[in-house]
Amino acid sequence: MKPRRFMAPSAFVWLLLGGAYFFIPLLATLLFSLKSIQTGKCCTLSAYGWVIHNGDFWHTIKLSFLLALETIVISLVLFVPTIYLVHLKVPRLRPVIAFLALIPFVVPPIVMVVGLLDFYRGSPTWFYDQPWGFLVAAYVILAFPYMFFSLDAGFRAIDVHTLTEASQSLGASWLTTLFKVILPNIRVAALAGSFLALAIVMGEFTIANLAQFHTFPIFLQYVNETQAYRPAALTLLSFGITWAAMLGLLFVGRGRGARPTLLAGGR
Amino acid sequence: MAYLELQGLHRHFGDVKALDGVDVQLEQGEFLSLLGPSGCGKTTALRLVAGFDRPDAGSIVVDGKDVTNTSPSKRDMGMVFQAYSLFPNMTATQNVEFGLRVRGGHRADRHKRVGELLELIGLGHAGDRYPHQLSGGMQQRVALARALAIEPRVLLLDEPLSALDAKVRLQLREEIRRIQLELGITTLYVTHDQEEALSISDHVAVMYSGRIEQMGSPAEMYSAPATPFVAEFIGTMNRLEATVVDGGSGAVEHRGVTLTVNAARDRQRGDRVLVLVRPETVELSPANGDGGPNTLVGEVITQTFLGPVTRLKIVGGAADLIADVPTAKAATLPVGTRVTATLPAQGARLLELTDEPLPEIPEEPGPAGR
Repeated sequence: MKPRRFMAPSAFVWLLLGGAYFFIPLLATLLFSLKSIQTGKCCTLSAYGWVIHNGDFWHTIKLSFLLALETIVISLVLFVPTIYLVHLKVPRLRPVIAFLALIPFVVPPIVMVVGLLDFYRGSPTWFYDQPWGFLVAAYVILAFPYMFFSLDAGFRAIDVHTLTEASQSLGASWLTTLFKVILPNIRVAALAGSFLALAIVMGEFTIANLAQFHTFPIFLQYVNETQAYRPAALTLLSFGITWAAMLGLLFVGRGRGARPTLLAGGR
Repeated sequence: MAYLELQGLHRHFGDVKALDGVDVQLEQGEFLSLLGPSGCGKTTALRLVAGFDRPDAGSIVVDGKDVTNTSPSKRDMGMVFQAYSLFPNMTATQNVEFGLRVRGGHRADRHKRVGELLELIGLGHAGDRYPHQLSGGMQQRVALARALAIEPRVLLLDEPLSALDAKVRLQLREEIRRIQLELGITTLYVTHDQEEALSISDHVAVMYSGRIEQMGSPAEMYSAPATPFVAEFIGTMNRLEATVVDGGSGAVEHRGVTLTVNAARDRQRGDRVLVLVRPETVELSPANGDGGPNTLVGEVITQTFLGPVTRLKIVGGAADLIADVPTAKAATLPVGTRVTATLPAQGARLLELTDEPLPEIPEEPGPAGR
């Protein structure tokens, strides 16, 4: 019989402090959002009613969510095969790519958007004037470090060479190897990168604002400037929707019982 | 024409000659072990056969067809790797079925074949387990079944037992041989373990510095090593540098002591030779004077218990020998005893001694080394 394990009192205190750090602001926001515009007192759901019946809210959050999905898909399509080939064929390029991946951290978004606007000036209007084009291109760059380091960790956790060679010796093509053998084993890493990309796009303000696209953070900022309690309700709702989207991604990407990032050669 | 032919394979990595003209001929259904120390080129040769690498020169022919430039996915070579290579996202059954699914075919046929193979390797009950739920030995068995599932033209095994503990290794190597004989599959096996190679192979090729030093049956390799390196690598061997003094009687001189070696007959006087004597053929007795003919006198300086025999190191005078004696007898010759070592005139082998230094055998890296 296993002995019962008790949590150390100090661990409990730290857990409580950590929980308070995260939940007190949320609780304060919730209480603030329940106040009445007329009386300034608790408790009414009118702010939530306003948000739910606001067409701009649904339009912008849908736009941001779709932009996030597009960013995730493009990032995965670009980075998974690239990082796979780097690990397999040219591992000496890995530090170079890791360095490049740090650039979006170093260059402030304001500088980046000015550069991108200038760089893409003259590109077709279906790209330059549309959030699906220009904005996603910028978001893929913003998501690059998160995607790269997540995927890189995933590839390092498996024996890419042996798995690839085993697959090929059994008659599999490169594509079959990638989709049936490699991808399922870096699924957790790809999901982690996708979550981060989703979170970034759902909250990105600077680039969308300067490029004059009406995404959810722009709407949130507008409501925040012009309303009292409604922005708090909007924040909580968007928080819930983003978490629901993440859970959705997790559900779509979850496997069937295997330990996906287990080292092929390790136990 | 042989079933598998490696013809003049060369492979360089920068300045390093990994393979320097390797020629092998293997008939269908035969089991060949490539044996050698780390860095001798054995894994490089296997990877060339598998198609994971291309030779700088030379060709690989299977069943009369040149496959040197064929991609690995089209070679029909089943491979078992040194590292655990099961796909972690698939169960044992799915792993074994993978190659068959890639090739298409009826689902029922595939399942039947997978079931047969899992039974063959004794894991019919573990088909639903994922690799992390299997022991190392079980994983390598499943990897073997997976390689066999595609009915490969040649089965390639790259030190598949090196990551396993001694008991499992012994058991699994016997199973590999049993399955190979049962299926009659042509097999190329890479190992640095000479006992493993000698025990399961039809032929053994000892490699050194990118070349095959000698290829033959295990018994030939043990009893008639063709080079000093093979003599050193296969089993334990006493190597005595000597000079022929009388080709008629087979007398040679080693450090001032005259020994008779039958193999030295018909040699020219003054020829420099290497006398090779297996430790188990050396007879020991407590020293009594200067000994007799064909003896060296020295002192026991170490005893190593090996089970039924004990290995004694004897040093002193002209003697620098290893002798394996029955453990019961070794008890009568404790460390410090002066002994007379009698060398067999009949059983000793002889090799030409050149000016090249005798080869050193490098240590083998850990199991997962690439």
